[in-house]
Amino acid sequence: MIRLLFGRLVQAALVALMVGLLTFVMTRFLPGDLAYRIAAGRYGYDIVDSAAAAKVAAELSINQPALVALGQWMFDLVRFEFGTSLISGQPVWEEVSTQLGHTLKLAAVAILLSLLIGPPLGILAGLRPGGLLDRSLILISTGMRALPQFVVGLGIIIIFSLTLGLFPVAGHDHPGHLVLPALTLALGLAAVSNRVARDAMRSVSETAFYTFGRTKGLSEWEVFRGHGLRNVAVPIITYLGVQFVYLIEGVVVVETLFAWPGIGHALVHAIFGRDVPMIQGAAFIMGLLFVALNALVDALCHLIDPRERRT
Amino acid sequence: MTSPEYALPRATGFPVRRAAGLAILGGLVLFAFLPLLFGGPDPLKQSLRLSLQGPSTADWFGYDHLGRSMQARLSAALRLSLGLALLSVVTAMVPGVLLGVAAAWRGGIIDRFIGGISEAFLALPGLLLVLMLTAIVPDNPLMLYLGISLVLWVEYFRLTRALSKPLLLSPSVEASRLLGFGPWTILRRHLWPELAPMLVTVGSYGAASAIMAIAALGFVSVGVRPPTPELGAMMIELLPYYEEAPHALLQPILVIFLMVLALQLIGAKEKP
Repeated sequence: MIRLLFGRLVQAALVALMVGLLTFVMTRFLPGDLAYRIAAGRYGYDIVDSAAAAKVAAELSINQPALVALGQWMFDLVRFEFGTSLISGQPVWEEVSTQLGHTLKLAAVAILLSLLIGPPLGILAGLRPGGLLDRSLILISTGMRALPQFVVGLGIIIIFSLTLGLFPVAGHDHPGHLVLPALTLALGLAAVSNRVARDAMRSVSETAFYTFGRTKGLSEWEVFRGHGLRNVAVPIITYLGVQFVYLIEGVVVVETLFAWPGIGHALVHAIFGRDVPMIQGAAFIMGLLFVALNALVDALCHLIDPRERRT
Repeated sequence: MTSPEYALPRATGFPVRRAAGLAILGGLVLFAFLPLLFGGPDPLKQSLRLSLQGPSTADWFGYDHLGRSMQARLSAALRLSLGLALLSVVTAMVPGVLLGVAAAWRGGIIDRFIGGISEAFLALPGLLLVLMLTAIVPDNPLMLYLGISLVLWVEYFRLTRALSKPLLLSPSVEASRLLGFGPWTILRRHLWPELAPMLVTVGSYGAASAIMAIAALGFVSVGVRPPTPELGAMMIELLPYYEEAPHALLQPILVIFLMVLALQLIGAKEKP
């Protein structure tokens, strides 16, 4: 367990390294003079003169050699000192932390919804492999996986809000706004997790202990609860770890589509505006979120599966 | 000591799914590249008279909101997607496999060094890496290509390393070495037959995710910029007209669906 968590710490350090390096290169590639750029962002393009640029350059020590600057840059990053956004002028940390709240809400609801849709269907299909449910699920999930998330999102918008008028398309005032983006993410996650659950259930139901449970007269539900549930849960939850890549990538696209004010939305807009401090903050926090979710999965597997604990 | 197990020869029949996938992909490739041979409408030429005109017997695909030929735009977008995906997969595959074999062969510090680099690329979700690279030099498909290749090579490396390690320790490789065969023979006769099926699977899934990533970036308007025809960007352009011209919005969706489906069918492993 401790070794696992240590591995996640190393991963977090690698996230910092990657984000730091990439954004550092980004600042060096900004067109024009960096000091002028930042000064213009701060004071407006009309009132920038060389004095203001010089002041900025001195303040941010822009003219130091690249390696020193990189060290300073990384040191600021690991202390979560992202500076201020070049566009809004607000401290990046403040903006990112409110956005993180929105993103976490969306991600949590999406994961819960996907767990309600995918695994139960997969387990039912796995109990009767080759049945009608199994075959139709294969078709649906193959189709879903071949559609990009934004297409699923578009379809959901057109069906649920433009045609049926059930839920609003964009905004974030009341819980109804959460439904469609979360559903979009959840359907994508469930399209894979139902296959994992189905395969796991099938292999568990073929084991000797499962057959024995049935033979000794337990009802279908009792034998599932006693012998099936935990065994099926481990691969599903482990696979959730793999799916977080899809979730984080999905957050970027889905938040942009539904104008959900989370980190992914902020990242895309920061890239539009070449707002380096904001890109850095948003990418770093998203990377850390990815690591944290994975650590959570490690811990859950550890709790559910006692076999792992001995090592 | 267990008795040696003789594996049954693999089923030689060509899986139906893979054949179906190849057929769809072949059709798409023809659709994309035939206009280059025979000439066709210009994907950038506008004629507002034809704006949002639906499919007809003369023109099966209709026109978009600026009166540009959907057929020309779709095939140009397909060329971009397929070409970029293929290029990134090959660029990722060659160094990924070579580094994987090198790491498995030499072990020790080389293994740990390359392994560490691959961990660093796995730490960030792929799309984030591609997004940040496109932020460095915007509006440049080269960065898209670089980013996708950088994301994809890790999987080749890790799988090649995992497959090669036990193979290189196996008695058959030892026998080859004792008989005096060089590394090239071992690579070709022992490693390649085991690696090749994995490369097909990972390659086609990799191409599918590359296509999805290109479209996703086009959709959030970060990747390829208009007026270059790109499937994701076409969808976002045509979205406002979905009521007047559903055919125009559905065409890029259908194309991307078929493309990813074909690649997934090719990559799918036959399950018992």
